[in-house]
Amino acid sequence: MMSDVSTETKTEILPMAKALTLGLAAALQNDDKVILMGEDIGPLGGVFRVTEGLQKQFGTHRVIDTPLAESGIIGTAIGLAMRGYRPVVEIQFDGFIFPGFDQITTQLAKLTARHEGSLQLPIVIRVPYGGHIGAVEHHQESPEAYFAHTPGLRLVSPATPNDAYWMIQQAISSTDPVMFFEPKSRYWPKGEVSFDAPAAELHASRIVRAGTDVTVVGHGAMVSMLLDAAELAAQEGTSVEVVDLRSLSPIDYEPLLESVRRTGRLVVAQEAPGSVSIGSEIAATVAEKAFYSLEAPVLRVSGYDAPFPPAKLEGIYLPDVDRILHAVDRALAY
Amino acid sequence: MSYTPETLQLLAPDGTRVHGEATEQYLPYVEALTDEQLREFHRTMTVIRRFDVEAGNLQRQGQLALWVPSIGQEAAQVGSGFAARPQDHIFPAYREHAVGHIRGLDVVQIIKMLRGLTHGGWVPEDTGNFHLYTLVVGAQTLHATGYAMGVKFDGLVGTGDLERDIAVMVYFGDGATSQGDVNEALVFAQSYQTPQVFFLQNNHWAISVPVRVQSRTPLFHRPRGFGIPSVQIDGNDVLMSYAATAASLDAARSGGGPQFIEALTYRIGAHTTSDDPSKYRDEEEFQYWLARDPISRFEVYLRSLGEGDAFFAQVADEAEQFAADARARTLALEPPPPESMFAHVYSQQHPVIDAQRQQLLDFEASFEGGA
Repeated sequence: MMSDVSTETKTEILPMAKALTLGLAAALQNDDKVILMGEDIGPLGGVFRVTEGLQKQFGTHRVIDTPLAESGIIGTAIGLAMRGYRPVVEIQFDGFIFPGFDQITTQLAKLTARHEGSLQLPIVIRVPYGGHIGAVEHHQESPEAYFAHTPGLRLVSPATPNDAYWMIQQAISSTDPVMFFEPKSRYWPKGEVSFDAPAAELHASRIVRAGTDVTVVGHGAMVSMLLDAAELAAQEGTSVEVVDLRSLSPIDYEPLLESVRRTGRLVVAQEAPGSVSIGSEIAATVAEKAFYSLEAPVLRVSGYDAPFPPAKLEGIYLPDVDRILHAVDRALAY
Repeated sequence: MSYTPETLQLLAPDGTRVHGEATEQYLPYVEALTDEQLREFHRTMTVIRRFDVEAGNLQRQGQLALWVPSIGQEAAQVGSGFAARPQDHIFPAYREHAVGHIRGLDVVQIIKMLRGLTHGGWVPEDTGNFHLYTLVVGAQTLHATGYAMGVKFDGLVGTGDLERDIAVMVYFGDGATSQGDVNEALVFAQSYQTPQVFFLQNNHWAISVPVRVQSRTPLFHRPRGFGIPSVQIDGNDVLMSYAATAASLDAARSGGGPQFIEALTYRIGAHTTSDDPSKYRDEEEFQYWLARDPISRFEVYLRSLGEGDAFFAQVADEAEQFAADARARTLALEPPPPESMFAHVYSQQHPVIDAQRQQLLDFEASFEGGA
């Protein structure tokens, strides 16, 4: 059932999946050029139920079940955007985006430039991503770096239900293609959603816990892990500042650099493999721009550079509170 | 070679009209053509071939990085190009110079791409809805299908008004039929019953690989497996190309769903100026297709209708002038400013782009006498 948001009720406690449903519904309501496309998003409501009830509410011409072909979905979304529509595409799982990789990187990302600005492609690609759900191969991965490496795309990832509700609407309003990475292990924990106004710009990073000794930064599901680690560190007398990246391309460095200039130490955490990753880029940029403030090298905590393992090993493969605190200790040891 | 008993033809290679039951349904389209339209078919084929030769010469003289010849495929392109109505949308591959010209694209825009000045850059709204070239083979078929889905959502299909209802036509080649995207486009087109014509120019060669490596079955049989009606036409017969395309576009715009045309033609030239067909093609095949040239065939036909030397001489003159004008304007083209590479990566402001643009400008300015 859709939640009924009356004008008096300005906040609600919701899981991220439901906050996204409401955000998509608001976008569909506000602009009749917005259409949703994807596999199983109609009567089923998507495998994560994010689009639940939307086809019934807005019709089969607005919420479209597609054939099972990711390149076909992205490629036809491009054509629809050329016709003036604002397609919001759902990719079912992170590891299944690759059949659409060519259309995303060689077409979607470049067509505005190839048209010398006369064409805009307001397409959102929603990608449920990340581990900690105990799933089979190709269902737990974090492929964001492939796309962050591609000029012409914007990438964001909400960490909370409130951000999910607002950022999906901001992404749909963007006149550029936005890849919207949804941390699926955070689909179900509830949080407060405020329906008054967005808390931040789409591409802003944010300090979500103040601290003085070490800065830790991450995105998506990693943010709650970092907050847990900061809480434990505080019990041991270490003050950890937590930055929620929110936007992966472009990265909003100013809050992060300002934090590092105060703490002198930075740990970057992510589920994705560490080599040539979002974390690598942050480490390089912070080393370049805050060199004289650093008391220790920037340290990365990440998934290992191995294929995502069978689910019984994911707790070892993925960064957890212990590995984050270990890196915090190493940073403090310099 | 790859003609089948089902190949539709209105003009034999010797320029005589062919009559038969299979083509009867197309006759109204042909009979409605005026003499001036027939002359325009010939004029366009001749002008574009002369331009094509000139562009190849410009490449050999170092003025273009590459040229993509379309010689031999003029009838397939000119017939189908003239069959589209003004409101229709065309998604080309990268060899449809004649179609672009017909729709109002300045051919120097194509030259600009191949001189290394743009990646396209024309505005389809200003070029008769002729969209940009796509170099990733087959990728454009999905864009066309998506566009056609949008046309259908907009209610511009099957209203009964042929001057208003929109059809979308996408061009691709025999090599592209092996691509996943082309097959996915057929799936989506059939699922959503798009107002769309798939126009396959089977020129028999994907660079050095003959069509028999792409398919052991005639290519026009494939869409039937998707439930899409298809025809195979003699693509070097401009009348057949025109009539089959006009009929298919009207069927699509009228709500008949996607249609498929395989036009049998031949790439007389190389794949591009970087290619060397003498390494893989035999002379006998080449001669077979030279004897089926689309322009000389149509000239014989026009002469049989009473067209005289004066007209053909005049067209030859026009072609010379067209080529000379294209050459002159090519030589006057200047490279874009370096910072233009940042101009349209995003449609909104972007901090990385802003910073790197400034870095480039500062670096350039740091040299003595720099900007």
